[in-house]
Amino acid sequence: MSTILVIEQILNGVQLGVMLFLMAAGLTLIFGVMGLINLAHGSLYMVGAFAAAAVAGATGSFLAGLVAALAAASLAGALIEVTVIRRLYAADHLDQVLATFALILVFSEGVRWVFGSFPLYLDIPDALSGPVTLPGGIDYPLYRLVLIGIGLAVGLGLWWLIERTRLGIRIRAGENDREMIAALGVDISKLYTLIFALGAALAGLAGALVGAIQSVQVGMGEPVLILAFVVIVIGGIGSIRGAFVGAILVGLTETLGGVFLPAVFGLFTDAATATSIGAALASMAIYVLMGAVLVWRPTGLFGGRA
Amino acid sequence: MISERWLSLGVLVALGGVALAAMALDTPYTITLATRAAILALAAAGLNIALGLGGLVSFGHALFFGLGGYAMGILAFHAQTYTPLDLGLFQITGTKSMPVIWLAAVTLSALVAIPVGILALRTTGVYFIMITLAFAQMFYYFTLSWSAYGGEDGLSIYVRNGFPGLNTFDPIQFFGLCFTLLCAVLWLSARLKRSPFGLALGAARQSPARAKAVGLSPMRLRLVAFVLSGAIAGLAGALYADLNRFVSPAMFGWHLSGELIVLVILGGVARIIGPVVGAGVFVMLEHFLGQITDFWQIWLGLILLFVVLFARGGIVGLLSPKGGRHG
Amino acid sequence: MADPVLEVRGVSKRFGALVANEGITLDLRPGEIHAVIGPNGAGKSTLIAQICGTLRPDSGEVRLEGHEITGLSVAQRARKGLARTFQISALAMEDTVLENAVLGALGASVSPWRFWRAALSRPALVDRAEAALARVGLMQARHRRVADLSHGERRQLEVAVALTLGPRAFVMDEPMAGLGSEGSADLTRLLDALRAEAPILLVEHDMDAVFALADRISVLVYGRVLMTGTVAEVRASTEVRAAYLGDAA
Repeated sequence: MSTILVIEQILNGVQLGVMLFLMAAGLTLIFGVMGLINLAHGSLYMVGAFAAAAVAGATGSFLAGLVAALAAASLAGALIEVTVIRRLYAADHLDQVLATFALILVFSEGVRWVFGSFPLYLDIPDALSGPVTLPGGIDYPLYRLVLIGIGLAVGLGLWWLIERTRLGIRIRAGENDREMIAALGVDISKLYTLIFALGAALAGLAGALVGAIQSVQVGMGEPVLILAFVVIVIGGIGSIRGAFVGAILVGLTETLGGVFLPAVFGLFTDAATATSIGAALASMAIYVLMGAVLVWRPTGLFGGRA
Repeated sequence: MISERWLSLGVLVALGGVALAAMALDTPYTITLATRAAILALAAAGLNIALGLGGLVSFGHALFFGLGGYAMGILAFHAQTYTPLDLGLFQITGTKSMPVIWLAAVTLSALVAIPVGILALRTTGVYFIMITLAFAQMFYYFTLSWSAYGGEDGLSIYVRNGFPGLNTFDPIQFFGLCFTLLCAVLWLSARLKRSPFGLALGAARQSPARAKAVGLSPMRLRLVAFVLSGAIAGLAGALYADLNRFVSPAMFGWHLSGELIVLVILGGVARIIGPVVGAGVFVMLEHFLGQITDFWQIWLGLILLFVVLFARGGIVGLLSPKGGRHG
Repeated sequence: MADPVLEVRGVSKRFGALVANEGITLDLRPGEIHAVIGPNGAGKSTLIAQICGTLRPDSGEVRLEGHEITGLSVAQRARKGLARTFQISALAMEDTVLENAVLGALGASVSPWRFWRAALSRPALVDRAEAALARVGLMQARHRRVADLSHGERRQLEVAVALTLGPRAFVMDEPMAGLGSEGSADLTRLLDALRAEAPILLVEHDMDAVFALADRISVLVYGRVLMTGTVAEVRASTEVRAAYLGDAA
């Protein structure tokens, strides 16, 4: 087990983590401020990826694809917020789960109807392809480093938004007492639509960025959605900081677990069994992690309310 | 409006009638559809005990469905390959006898439901939803890489399992089995709902503070409901695997968990016959709409949205508006 | 003098820097109605919570019939005979009046771990429930859904459910809350008759009811017991008047 491999995997874990953070940040904002469980978040991720692939494929410009992803996802988000989601804020969790599950069905089949069942391809732009040599002699894909950078930048941007702007004040106030800010004259419905669209845009961005390193296909959003929920549960619902910490934890566990657990088992059994058991346990690992966190802190690491 | 008693009877007669008519018309595929509906209804009826009576939004009931399926798959696999299951300390010979398999499925599901319930019920709200989902996902990924039993490709059981005195290959007889089990579980649920346990559970759902103030323990009540619910879903899973003669990790999938909730809600949450109505409508949509368009799930999604936003009592709620727990 | 049924000794509770209760000591004697009054923020809710078990005191103890119950859960205290009513009605809204009343009887006479025979077909439960409903005057309404009841009827049901426990002591949290004068008068009569079965620790704002019913009154101000005395003593006290700043007294 070389150090190079370990560092590469750590970087992969961080990269997975920051992409998860983009998803989780939106989810936790939406749940924290509006009290809404949004299962359709994975669909918004998918919409972003498809928009990026379609536009980039047509124009040849990755940047155009990204812009399209942000636009499509936030528009889709705003649309479903106005038509469906806003009727759910007062509803109980079961209704929210069901309605957003219904949205998943509509989005998935809708996208399949428009684009077909075969995956689309989104290429890494030439300028960002190829490896970069890091200190210590490690070659690491430039694109993944860029992703890490973008993720961190978004994290900083969100922090600045929440802590330093008026919108951020309204968001934080809304998390604490929804009825109060309405009474204080803040236009709640516009605020909510804005927050939902913001979350959607982040999801779409993540979808587009990741779509270049994985394939763009229907159903790509759901595994990420579940991971993102695990992240916000671990981090504590409503906390952006928790979403970040949780995302990095989950990203590292998923990546390092996938590499090391088979290796550990390889010490005891043959390679084939080790790989399969190791892989199985690696995927289980994050759920075990979530379970452990919840047993210790039932509202997550940074969560306040249940 | 229709009284719930007559509605329930009518729905069951309709389901049985469809199967019998299909037999008379020699369209075995329709019998299979009816069987599918009956089995899904059984699973949903199990979920309804936790969800409808107990108010527990479990997004992981596929866990028990899958456990039942794999209980059947593993036991039947070892029987059909004539190799015993080696558990180190002792060996279990496989079996293709349904009663034994059902017992195994129910027991396994109940045993797993106990620790899962104890852990999950420490949480509420979205945390509970996530934790139940997480447990199902754990098993999903585990079976995905469990190559001994097919992994991602799943496990095929070549021949349907046997039930003493019946020819289970005959579609109508297998349907009869499933239908009988469904009716038995529905009857049990109806009794449960009106029993002291059902009353206490319902109170714990509506006002936990009140339940505690009269000396009840909501946690224990919910745990028992959860375990019962899981055991029934496990039985359904074993039957489902037998229907398709196939078991795969998808039986643990979150999509299935979601579908089970959909079945319950579509039919009418906490109504005894709700799961059957929901399963029936679902299977019909799948079949008929599926023939018209490959994208029938869009319509399912839209119908579901409609029900959630405008018809919260489900189909049974529309036909037989709630008059309380009577019926 | 018989031993007190319910005793609170030196109970204190702080929330960070806020002292909600400090050194509260009072008791509830057999056959009495002991009212607890005080301005808003005096710590009455915190005291109730610690007596009933939703909060643990930082120090002090609570005793029921001589047994210490400070460490017991809400359900355990209920089983030992401590019955409470809630300030905001805590009832199973979708169920009927009778079903709610049967709930209380459940813990007391039939265990909830019965899965087969319908609850409403069990005389042990139904008789007990109906007896309580008869006492509060809700027998006519017993098959109506709680959601359809008036506010006053729900307050009556709260008392009925507490009755079905066959309690050793009642703790009632503002039972008159939201009742008009007629409803209050009815409930006052009911509570008056109830004290013979089990003493009542009564938290109330409705001074008419308090002065009509109470054998003793404890006045809570800023988390402490200012005084405990008879109605006459409390009415005459200048300190109490000052604390209320010219209120009803």
